[in-house]
Amino acid sequence: MSERKIRVLVAKPGLDGHDRGAKVIARALRDAGMEVIYTGLRQTPEMIAAAALQEDVDAVGISILSGAHNTLCPRIVDLLAENGMTDTLVLVGGIVPEEDIDELKKKGVAEVFLPGTSTQDIVSFLNSNVRN
Amino acid sequence: MAEIKEELSEAKKDLERWEKETLEPVLERHPERKESFEGISLEPVERLYTQADVDDIIADHGSDLPGEYPYKRGIHPTGYRGKLWTMRQFAGFSSPEKTNARFKYLMGQGQTGLSVAYDLPALMGLDADSPLSEGEVGKCGVAVSSLADFEALFDGISLEDVTVSQTINAPAWIFLAFYIVVAEKQGADFRKISGTLQNDILKEYIAQKEWVYPIRPAMKLVIDTFEYCSEHLPRYNPISVSGYHIREAGATALQELAFTLRDGVEYVEYGVDRGMDVDSFVPRISFFFNAHNDFFEEIAKYRAARIVWAETMRKRFGAKNPRTLKMRFHTQTAGVSLTVQQPLNNIARVAIQALAGVLGGTQSLHTDSYDEALALPTDKAALIALRTQQIIAEETGVANTVDPLGGSYFVESLTQKMVDGCYDYFDKIDGFGGMVEAVEAGFPQREIQESAYQYQRAVERNEQTIVGVNKYSMDEKIHKVDILQIDEKVRDHQLERLEQTKTKRDSGAVETALEKLKKASVANENLMPATIEAVRQYATVEEICTALRDVYGVYEEPAF
Repeated sequence: MSERKIRVLVAKPGLDGHDRGAKVIARALRDAGMEVIYTGLRQTPEMIAAAALQEDVDAVGISILSGAHNTLCPRIVDLLAENGMTDTLVLVGGIVPEEDIDELKKKGVAEVFLPGTSTQDIVSFLNSNVRN
Repeated sequence: MAEIKEELSEAKKDLERWEKETLEPVLERHPERKESFEGISLEPVERLYTQADVDDIIADHGSDLPGEYPYKRGIHPTGYRGKLWTMRQFAGFSSPEKTNARFKYLMGQGQTGLSVAYDLPALMGLDADSPLSEGEVGKCGVAVSSLADFEALFDGISLEDVTVSQTINAPAWIFLAFYIVVAEKQGADFRKISGTLQNDILKEYIAQKEWVYPIRPAMKLVIDTFEYCSEHLPRYNPISVSGYHIREAGATALQELAFTLRDGVEYVEYGVDRGMDVDSFVPRISFFFNAHNDFFEEIAKYRAARIVWAETMRKRFGAKNPRTLKMRFHTQTAGVSLTVQQPLNNIARVAIQALAGVLGGTQSLHTDSYDEALALPTDKAALIALRTQQIIAEETGVANTVDPLGGSYFVESLTQKMVDGCYDYFDKIDGFGGMVEAVEAGFPQREIQESAYQYQRAVERNEQTIVGVNKYSMDEKIHKVDILQIDEKVRDHQLERLEQTKTKRDSGAVETALEKLKKASVANENLMPATIEAVRQYATVEEICTALRDVYGVYEEPAF
């Protein structure tokens, strides 16, 4: 029996349009055998949570560089929970000051990846943490 | 000619002899560190460049002297001996009052030009009170929703006496209107007003992706500003055609060069189609490039840019005015090259990148602050960045002579390679029918994505080194630096002023002005006069953008 592939939603919330990181990661995850859905730019937390539900993903990767992470990321976690997706991992990648990382994790973010992270580390994290 | 050929073969013969007699025995005993050497653009670099690499080149172009066509060695015959480059640090954060204070501080430290960074709501044509602006007000730049904010931003700064660069694109024409109205209120002489509006919408669809309207109406608005400025603000640069963001998105140096220059060509074509004379409006088109880590490649890029622009303006558009042919550009060091890890290392990166910009002949320069991979810069970090430029200008001696690397076999050879590669891309883009069509087809976007991915793979395979990241990494706790925190209260402050502005203004006059603007857009008139009137009545950025959205529609990015 073939194993179900890990499904990941790569999401870009907020007004920022810098999508280099999101696109590189989407491709790296795809190359690592995962199924990746990229939301496109400027998605509201509501749109991201709805897409996660519809696509039945195992993880949501949020790419954010604008400084709006404290406002947007916890809201996405809450909306996923409202949809009953409490097992869905929420990962954040981008420019996040160290002081904010613990706070985001307390609010349900599984991991925060800072600039300089190898895409292989993200692949490994997903492989070890997504519930099969 | 025969003589040159003979010399060339002499140079080649000598090289062959050297390879056999000197090189080979050494290679046998001491192999090189790697099989092949590649720069950051993953282009191969040869072991040695000699006379044999450059003989063919020099015959190809016009003058090999500065201040003469095609300006490879610079647009001024005296280089920086007459005037140094303008040190123009990009700044903007939080409220207009806070940014105003940073501007005054930087000017007090010897900065010679201002450069405004706006926040994301402003860049997207939204007001501070839009639900979409939540969490973003004053974060990545200064918050501006109406003329009232703009007045606070330039309070006590005479627009006649400073040159201000505004980094704004999709709603740029509105910010030009702000500038004009504030200058008018200050009683400034429009003939003396100078400054630059980024206003480069093509690179938004290609790389930075901050848009409001579909690409064609957006191009119309850009050409409106060209037309208005050529009539009313003769010293103002209505566009800064930008490769910076294209590079940051992952392009190679060559892609940055080619896409930026081809964007420039597209604007010139649209201007000519509007009925403007090439030699009247093109002299006010300026450019903006990145300065990345690969030192010589960057220098070659700037030199090639001047050649390609001069040749293209003359051959493609029949330009005669030397000012049309001379490419002027701003440079900023590569934000994307800055590391979160061991952040003080960034000071060294920035210095080397800035030096490349100077050796490439930039007209103005922004040096990034060491903490910009973490947050917006603190005062201390911004000051070191400015001091870095002052050290290059006044301690190193590099500004004492014109184009000091001219004649370097390596730099000349790379310059020519860049020129050739740039024309190859021009051919491909012309094949789509132009840059607008190429962007609609996703061509430059795909090229950049591919380069970004290949670079990331090279880093992960340790073929490209990032000091402190994939080599020489350390425990990060000892490198902690203070970072700038943006007070969340900035949104409340901005909302308060917006509310006051809306209460105080004549709402009937605002409505009339917005109606007139809409009518002008339906009639396909130049929208600058109607926008200036709306701005004068304190119509907000979002109100103006919304009024035209009914006519122009919205842009949805296709999946590439």
